Amino acid sequence: MTGTIFDKGLHGRSGKYIPENDCPVDEALLPIQRKSSLGLPRIAEQGVIRHYMELASKNYHIDKGIYPLGSCTMKYNPVVNEEIARDNSFCGLHPAQDEADVQGALELIFNLQEALCEICGMDSFTLQPAAGAHGELTGIMIARDYFRERGEDRKFVIVPDSAHGTNPASVSTCGFTPVTLKSDERGMINPADLKEIISSETAVLMLTLPNTLGLFERDIGKIVKIAHDAGVLIYMDGANMNALMGIVQPGKIGIDIMHLNLHKTFSTPHGGGGPGSGPVGVREHLSAFLPIPGVVKKMDNFEFSWGSEKSIGKVHSYFGNFNVFVKAYAYICRLGAEGLREVSENAIINANYLMELVGRFYDVKYPGPCMHEFVASAVNLKEHGVSTLDVAKRLLDYGVHAPTVYFPLIVKEALMIEPVETEKKETLDSFAEIMEKISYEAANNPDLLHEAPVSTPVRRLDEAYAARNPDFRWHERK
Amino acid sequence: MRGIRIKEGQQMSYIQNTNQDRKEMLKTIGVSSLDELLEPVSSEFRVKGKLKLPEPMSEAEVVGRFERLAAGNNPASSMKSFLGGGIYDHIIPATVRYVLSRSEFYTSYTPYQAEVSQGTLQSIYEYQSMICGLTSMEVANASLYDGATALAESILMACSIKRKNKALVPAAIPKRMKDVLRTYVAGKNIIIEYIPFTEEGTLDVKELKEKLDSETAAVVLVQPNYFGVIEEAEEISAIVRESGALLISYVDPVSLAVLTPPGEYDSDIVVGEGQSLGLPQSFGGPLLGFIATKREFVRKSPGRLVSETVDIIGNKSYVMTLQTREQHIRRANATSNICTNEGLCALAAAVYLTTVGEDGFREVALQSAAKARTLYNMISGLPGCSIPFGDNFFQEFVLKLPVPADEFLNEARKRGVLAGISLGEDFPGLGDSAVLVAVTEKRSREDLQLYRDIVLRIGGGK
Amino acid sequence: MEIEECLFTKEHEWVSIDGDVVTIGISEYAAGELGDIVFIELPEVGKKVKQMDPVGTIEAVKTVAELFSPVTGEIIEINEEVMDNPEIVNKDPYKEGWFMKIKMDNSSELDVLFSYEEYNDFLGEE
Repeated sequence: MTGTIFDKGLHGRSGKYIPENDCPVDEALLPIQRKSSLGLPRIAEQGVIRHYMELASKNYHIDKGIYPLGSCTMKYNPVVNEEIARDNSFCGLHPAQDEADVQGALELIFNLQEALCEICGMDSFTLQPAAGAHGELTGIMIARDYFRERGEDRKFVIVPDSAHGTNPASVSTCGFTPVTLKSDERGMINPADLKEIISSETAVLMLTLPNTLGLFERDIGKIVKIAHDAGVLIYMDGANMNALMGIVQPGKIGIDIMHLNLHKTFSTPHGGGGPGSGPVGVREHLSAFLPIPGVVKKMDNFEFSWGSEKSIGKVHSYFGNFNVFVKAYAYICRLGAEGLREVSENAIINANYLMELVGRFYDVKYPGPCMHEFVASAVNLKEHGVSTLDVAKRLLDYGVHAPTVYFPLIVKEALMIEPVETEKKETLDSFAEIMEKISYEAANNPDLLHEAPVSTPVRRLDEAYAARNPDFRWHERK
Repeated sequence: MRGIRIKEGQQMSYIQNTNQDRKEMLKTIGVSSLDELLEPVSSEFRVKGKLKLPEPMSEAEVVGRFERLAAGNNPASSMKSFLGGGIYDHIIPATVRYVLSRSEFYTSYTPYQAEVSQGTLQSIYEYQSMICGLTSMEVANASLYDGATALAESILMACSIKRKNKALVPAAIPKRMKDVLRTYVAGKNIIIEYIPFTEEGTLDVKELKEKLDSETAAVVLVQPNYFGVIEEAEEISAIVRESGALLISYVDPVSLAVLTPPGEYDSDIVVGEGQSLGLPQSFGGPLLGFIATKREFVRKSPGRLVSETVDIIGNKSYVMTLQTREQHIRRANATSNICTNEGLCALAAAVYLTTVGEDGFREVALQSAAKARTLYNMISGLPGCSIPFGDNFFQEFVLKLPVPADEFLNEARKRGVLAGISLGEDFPGLGDSAVLVAVTEKRSREDLQLYRDIVLRIGGGK
Repeated sequence: MEIEECLFTKEHEWVSIDGDVVTIGISEYAAGELGDIVFIELPEVGKKVKQMDPVGTIEAVKTVAELFSPVTGEIIEINEEVMDNPEIVNKDPYKEGWFMKIKMDNSSELDVLFSYEEYNDFLGEE
């Protein structure tokens, strides 16, 4: 039976989950105001489970196959981490408990902060931001308060045109104005262009390293010097840190502020859109601005530190997405320095290998070597009337997930591909073969692509209809 | 020069490729070593040697390490917990954990390829519908990070709708929430003014009227408020309506089973913390920020929205919509910078609400209220104790003790009872002996009696 | 006015002239590039605008485009019909799909615009 949970269960009966009330009170004494129905279903447990299993069967997921979304780092999520994080000793803690009762949790937070500092070459980390964009917001707020404290009125943040949309959005939420820096013909920041637009009114240079084309900024040394000479702080979007672990410590090359995505680099699951975790690291001159509280070690005890007067304040109700920390720390413990370096090395090899194979049939505007991802383009299929979207949808028919499409904006018909280190050579070979087949189909039978997907739970959706007549909630049709 | 130093055979890093695989891949790429691929990274920027991290561990060692960390915790969920203040110890049916442990849900990404993400999309649509049902609002989004940031986002949204930059917020919210608001609104030059509370613990309506002016974009009503007290929502709504400002209601979702839903007193935006809808307490994260609004304001609202639609052959289906509001399209002019949200937590809430159902959810609210009332009856007459704001509460109330709060809480903790949150630091006006006591359906009569005994022993001893 | 007689902006708007009143829409090329238009926001009648002021937003499913005024003047009429049914712009960008009429202050501002042929050449270069 298909349909929504409301179609299935609005007139049925629920199971009993709440014990009999052993404290009955005259209802007249209770604050009962509501007369309208809550609109919740009434459905017995088997019906609940069947409903969600039916939904589950309509999802693509990592445990099913390759998920090569560029800049998303869809790597294997180790099952032991899930098991560990489910422990009641972690998920049963209330955030207002006495420090003495949460020593294990505080130790874990402290150790994770320390490990992230070492991996990134930073001096301190906050784990409070709940996602990457939340980390960006936090980092830019730190920069804002840093300049405020110095009495400098700087209004602009330089963001390359290849940046994620969250970058300019975070910048403007903080009250800064983003200024776009055009990438040069190499797909990188050109120091000369940077010099041209940087000024005493620039607060931050916000860059992604490696950038969203999967390229390491060759001139990073010069870029850092130009920025720092102008008194500008450098923010690094660490979404692509999977390329750099054990290879580059951003703090050691002059990055002042950066965020990580634990749900990318550190193997915690994406959960269909969250929860994530976006810790922010800074170098010493900015440590005092981090959100409160942090966790410190005093003798053998761990405690919250309520920070300095300079702290930007808070960005989360409590301490961040603690349950995500548990999984990320388990991952770091398992891999150690050696394993983390293996991750980045293999991510780089996998990406270059797939770029070589896919590049035989698709345009790759910025040839390698790339780091952990690369951007191909279906622009060569345009002559057959086929778009990147068609390629993406046809991939679904072959039972694999599509790459990130139409991003970065500086590549026409972009297909941004990140194979990640955990995928095996055979999987990459077969993905490349599918891409090859699709390029032939585009030339010989383009309608196959226009009509794709045909083998998925639903066909191509009418997104225009949804946007013109959005229906956000279920209503009983009488 | 660095070659590939991976030992053949067992490894810790979940990598499948063998040395032979890598050799072949490098050959295909046309390089002789990994080092050639790292050529763009100048050697001066590379890590020399190894990161200083603990040695790699086997799976069993990792489990052992975490067992030791776990042993350092005494989780509230295994104690008799009266802690609340936004995070509550409710009963969670096993269905929630089961569905959330399915990798079809937890290892999937944001549903950008809708054709292979119908499970996630439909579950979000159903979640949105349930939040709309509970709040009596027209639109709810796919989730925000938590209650505090949802409140901050709602203030940014209201200021953007009204093109004004002042919001009035009850002073009776904890400092940690005030810190989040201050941090979030600073960039937009929004002024937040706090409205004090009365001796009954309610929003001071007189002060509200005085501070409400033509520059005010929004007024925040917290229902029930942080002290657990039920506000006169209709009266406050009428005052706000008359001023032309928007009404933002910050509500506890469980209370909505019994209290008037905010849509019925004409709230413009409704936000709150959804942890009590089937999420573990998890040391305060991940949580679930929810936001609902009127249809007329949806284009100014933050975050992802899912709509029902059809596919090209007319099958009912679901898709993310109105994405032009979001950062990946509107960039610097987006309604919010949020991207990753708390999707799996929204799924948990949907499974929870589906499992307990209409009657079960009402039972949760009624029992929580009844048990809170029972505890109130048990302790309100005890020597030295007072309940300054009376019995106008839902499931949480302020208790004043004859001893400093910390002393009382410590004594209780020794008996396995987490007796509440000390309020003195955030609200000095309440003195150092006030605690916020929350009671959920999970507490038994025996737990309440134990609480009473502790109060009696401590109070009576003085 | 026939489309061949209209003037065009670099922002892919067409402008037709009737005395001191100009009617504004977007070109077929622009409508095609945007894809299915789903939402249109236009200013209120009576609003005074300067040349190149933003005067509206056109949203497709995954793009947003801004409309710029080609002239200085006052908005005297807007097309309510396209706000209610934005798909009209895709179907008939040059007739039913117009956006607004502006009473212009200075017709010399039109001098910088492309003719139909010039616009087609411009599209060829893009």
